[in-house]
Amino acid sequence: MSALTYETVARFAQQGGTLYFAAIFAAGVVYALWPRNSETFRRAAHLPLEKDEDNNVQA
Amino acid sequence: MANVIRTESLGIMNQSIAGQDRAPLDALLLYAFTGLAALGAIFATAFSDDRLFRFHGYLLIGAFVLAFGVLTVALNSGRLRSSESHYSDGVIRAGVIATMFWAVVGLLVGVVIAAQLTWPNLLYFPEHGWLNFGRLRPLHTSGVIFAFGGNALIATSFYVVQRTSKARLAGGAWPWFVFWGYQLFIVLAATGYLAGITQSREYAEPEWYVDLWLTVVWVAYLLVFLGTLWKRKEPHIYVANWFYLAFIVTVALLHVINNLAMPVGALHHRSYSLFAGVQDALTQWWYGHNAVGFFLTAGFLGMMYYFVPKRAERPVYSYRLSIVHFWSLIFIYIWAGPHHLHYTALPQWAQTLGMTFSIMLWMPSWGGMINGLMTLSGAWDKLRTDPVIRMMVVAIAFYGMSTFEGPLMSIRAVNSLSHYTDWTIGHVHSGALGWVGFISFGAMYCMVPWLWKKDSLYSNKLVEWHFWIATTGILLYICAMWVSGIMEGLMWREYTSQGFLANAFVETVAAKHVENIIRTVGGLMYLSGALIMSYNLWRTIRLPSPASQTAVTAPALIPAE
Repeated sequence: MSALTYETVARFAQQGGTLYFAAIFAAGVVYALWPRNSETFRRAAHLPLEKDEDNNVQA
Repeated sequence: MANVIRTESLGIMNQSIAGQDRAPLDALLLYAFTGLAALGAIFATAFSDDRLFRFHGYLLIGAFVLAFGVLTVALNSGRLRSSESHYSDGVIRAGVIATMFWAVVGLLVGVVIAAQLTWPNLLYFPEHGWLNFGRLRPLHTSGVIFAFGGNALIATSFYVVQRTSKARLAGGAWPWFVFWGYQLFIVLAATGYLAGITQSREYAEPEWYVDLWLTVVWVAYLLVFLGTLWKRKEPHIYVANWFYLAFIVTVALLHVINNLAMPVGALHHRSYSLFAGVQDALTQWWYGHNAVGFFLTAGFLGMMYYFVPKRAERPVYSYRLSIVHFWSLIFIYIWAGPHHLHYTALPQWAQTLGMTFSIMLWMPSWGGMINGLMTLSGAWDKLRTDPVIRMMVVAIAFYGMSTFEGPLMSIRAVNSLSHYTDWTIGHVHSGALGWVGFISFGAMYCMVPWLWKKDSLYSNKLVEWHFWIATTGILLYICAMWVSGIMEGLMWREYTSQGFLANAFVETVAAKHVENIIRTVGGLMYLSGALIMSYNLWRTIRLPSPASQTAVTAPALIPAE
């Protein structure tokens, strides 16, 4: 086990960070493309189009 | 009878009789908080021996005592009750007015300081320190970013989260605290800059006690927003709310960490940062660039994802793309800050990391731009017929342009030419005037007829005038800054055959005179557009309201038949 030097911390931040971000990005893409979500997203894309300019909270 | 009409007109009709003789808990809490804050401000002012701190103390006393008085009257007249069957729109109407007011103030100060840079001998007032460029410049930047942009974000986020969640704003009277508390923050910051109260951190100039106040307001904002999402009746959280939430959460984090400081005394305005040296610089630019990424980008993307589909009457082009856009944007932006510190004591790998992440930002930024533009699929004719849609589409085009330019400027070799020059100023303004300004103006033009129950705007012609004057102004501004920026960058690095610098600094200033004139004219045109818009919106609000007239007459007609 090497000592906690600047080099080891920097390497951990660089390599660990790369893996972490790749994993997060992959998770985001999988969530976006997951077939079962497609109906939710289709409905969600139409959400702003509902007639809601008036003051009444819709049921 | 008069009371009934008044509560109806305020949109806070209450059907339950049981709760009418007791004031709601949220209003009582706000009342107690305001009273305690007034007492605290009085004691702090009385015991302080710091002139500048007392100056702000008097402002705080005035604000809290006034708020306490207004709340006393409001509680006694039963105005602070809220009904879950109506959206909370009053605070949004106030937000629209505040947005336009601060837009005009912030842009006006911008034109003044542009003129000061153009005619430094004419517009220099040695006997009035508060009128100098150094005091007015943060007034302009905070005025347009936090006062104009911030009010636009708070108002539109309150509008969007209610409609897409199908729920009234949470917190009863507390959204009003968020609104007025934020205005108080703006006034404290602005008067502080003029008086010379500053901690000299760019875009984070307000001193420690103003920072603490903003933290309280911002936590209330976060709780109101989260509380509204919590009680939503729509199961899916719409993507615009994700962007707004990322903006609120990240700004809280950035604000608290970058402003960690030790005050000279509990009743003294001055403080010293907990950071020093390169850590200080990195923290500041981690904050500074994410102010761009989360305040000026994520929040306004939330605006785009609601108002562009709404106005175009077309669904979001690709909802999947909006999800990838969101996650990749927020995870990449947070690392881009070190590109502000090329050729400094910051380790080279960290500079390169900031540069690399900035270049990676091309992808989500352009993905978002394409998603916004393609939402007009099948409705492109509206570009010709609807100047409001045109304004928002041009905003998205400027978003694409400035997010292309930014990564380019973050490349170390390009940065060696562009840094500290007017090129940066031009880049910032293509983003701020083109993207942030135009998307906010578009959202305001949409919301005002909806919020005040009018069929349409007072004049579409005036929107056309606003659009063309402001667009021409932006183009004049950014083209002048490209020319002067690259020119001064080249002049700074020019060497003589003996190896000396060829130009004195003042020579580069003199060389930019014509560009500075063009920039001032461009800014003046943009300000004129905002004034035309204010007039148009004011006339729209004053229009007779057809919707409410039919609502009043319709029930009377039915029994007659």
